[in-house]
Amino acid sequence: MQSPNEISARRRSRVEKTMLVASSVFLVVAACAGLLAPMLSPHSPAGLEEARILEGPSWSHWMGTDGLGRDLLTRILYGARVSLTVGIGTGVIALVVGSLYGLVSGYIGGALDNLLMRIVDVFYGLPDLLIFILLSLVFGRNIGGVLVALGLVTWVRFARIARGQVLQAREFLYIEGARAIGASRFRIILRHILPNVAGPILVTLTFSIPAAILAESTLSFIGLGINDPYNPWGTSWGTLAQDGWRAMRTYPHIILFPGLAIFLTILSFNFLGNGLRDILDPKGR
Amino acid sequence: MVRFLLKRLLHALVVLWVVATLTFVLLRITPGGPFDRERRLPPEVLANIAAKYHLDEPLWGQYARYLKGIARGDLGPSYKYLDRSVRDIVADTLPVSATLGLLALGLALALSFPAGLTAAYYQSSWTDRLCLFVATLGISLPSFILGALLIWIFSLQLGWLQAGRWGEMGSAVLPSFTLGAAPAAYLTYLLRSSLLDTLGEDFIRTARAKGLRESRVLFKHALSHSLIPVLTVFGPLTAALLTGSFVVEYVFAIPGMGRFFITAVTDRDYPLIMGVTLVYTALLVSANLVVDLLYSFFDPRIRTR
Repeated sequence: MQSPNEISARRRSRVEKTMLVASSVFLVVAACAGLLAPMLSPHSPAGLEEARILEGPSWSHWMGTDGLGRDLLTRILYGARVSLTVGIGTGVIALVVGSLYGLVSGYIGGALDNLLMRIVDVFYGLPDLLIFILLSLVFGRNIGGVLVALGLVTWVRFARIARGQVLQAREFLYIEGARAIGASRFRIILRHILPNVAGPILVTLTFSIPAAILAESTLSFIGLGINDPYNPWGTSWGTLAQDGWRAMRTYPHIILFPGLAIFLTILSFNFLGNGLRDILDPKGR
Repeated sequence: MVRFLLKRLLHALVVLWVVATLTFVLLRITPGGPFDRERRLPPEVLANIAAKYHLDEPLWGQYARYLKGIARGDLGPSYKYLDRSVRDIVADTLPVSATLGLLALGLALALSFPAGLTAAYYQSSWTDRLCLFVATLGISLPSFILGALLIWIFSLQLGWLQAGRWGEMGSAVLPSFTLGAAPAAYLTYLLRSSLLDTLGEDFIRTARAKGLRESRVLFKHALSHSLIPVLTVFGPLTAALLTGSFVVEYVFAIPGMGRFFITAVTDRDYPLIMGVTLVYTALLVSANLVVDLLYSFFDPRIRTR
């Protein structure tokens, strides 16, 4: 006999699994569509069609055209490259920098750990969106600048998580064993501690990616993010949404589609993160 | 307690100093300047401008002047608004942003408490799943998209509420909702998981075994215990409301500090950028300080860390 609670928990996990699969599929499709954009679309992202300005969705232009007669679907496909690269790139940069920092700090401990963590504390107290805006002023309003700037405000999350995990892992017997047989500090950190702290770091990564996409698209929307119309990597979904915002009163489709793309991508990453957390950390359920 | 207080206060000051220095350095190394025009100004004019704003002094001198000004509460002149100082602009716009932030916070609390309580109490029920699903949607929906959507539905299609025209009746409804939606979702999540932890504790079973009414168990015993972890997010929550207000003020054309910050960045009005950044940081730092104090009050173990 199953109690009603167990049945509903089971049904619940089935719904969650479906969402997890649907999110993964969506993200893979979005990434592939971005990668294969030149092959998928018959239009060019810069191809102006004067006769077809601001058209609604039709068979030849599935998502309609923008104010210069460019095919919106094509622009969104090219934008997917930019937005996803910003998200994943930021996550990876922050992961590498932050985890190494946290690993070293936690493993060495003592005064150095204290100092390094004070620095992290200060970073945590900063209003990161503002700092991000100032940094992107310095590094330029292109994808490279945004990547560096976002990486610089995101890495501290990983540093804290990695350090906390190391402090836990350090107490395990097998670390002591490794040290006893003469493994170097470097080897212990990389071979013995890192694999054990990978789970929570992976979950943090999955949540940093949508956060980065959100930050970038928000900034591009208010006109302080990526905007370089002559560069194929110079238009993100946020930039497209800003284009649409100006014309929303009469041509809502121009903001609808980029907005949907951003929303669905962030949503999928969040579902993915929740799913991963449940799998990797059963206690946190 | 005094030691703890002093330590947190020192930390807050360090953060402020770091932000002041960081903005100063960043804006000095940024390519391009506030007085670049399409047509180059004559060198005499540029020299006059530089002398007026002390830009001809060595960098150390400028930095010292800037820090001294901050200590006195003087944030310098605005490059763009010639008749107003940065302090005037902050004094005019901060109340607007604060009103918006408080409305959004109130809304977030009003939405998240019933939702979190219901979700946790009826764990795994349809209500719980619905709450979680809506919360995930709320976290994933960027405020500029939500704002645009609300304007499109309620202003452009239905014509019920005006977008823009801050200060008129009803003009705050859509912006507060836009700003409060994501915090409401976070709080719901957090309250739910905190309550779930608490409801499994022994003292709840004891309370029930004593024959207390369920409402008393839930509101008196469980809720007060679950609020401590929720308290910690008020720091990040303030940050979210502050930075979120940027976008919302932009979308709804509200004359708050965030909108001035955005125009200051496009205008390269450096003193205004630095001033607003500092004010934001000060607000954030004080919020964190208050949270730390409350937290150490409710959970004395934290002070010894």
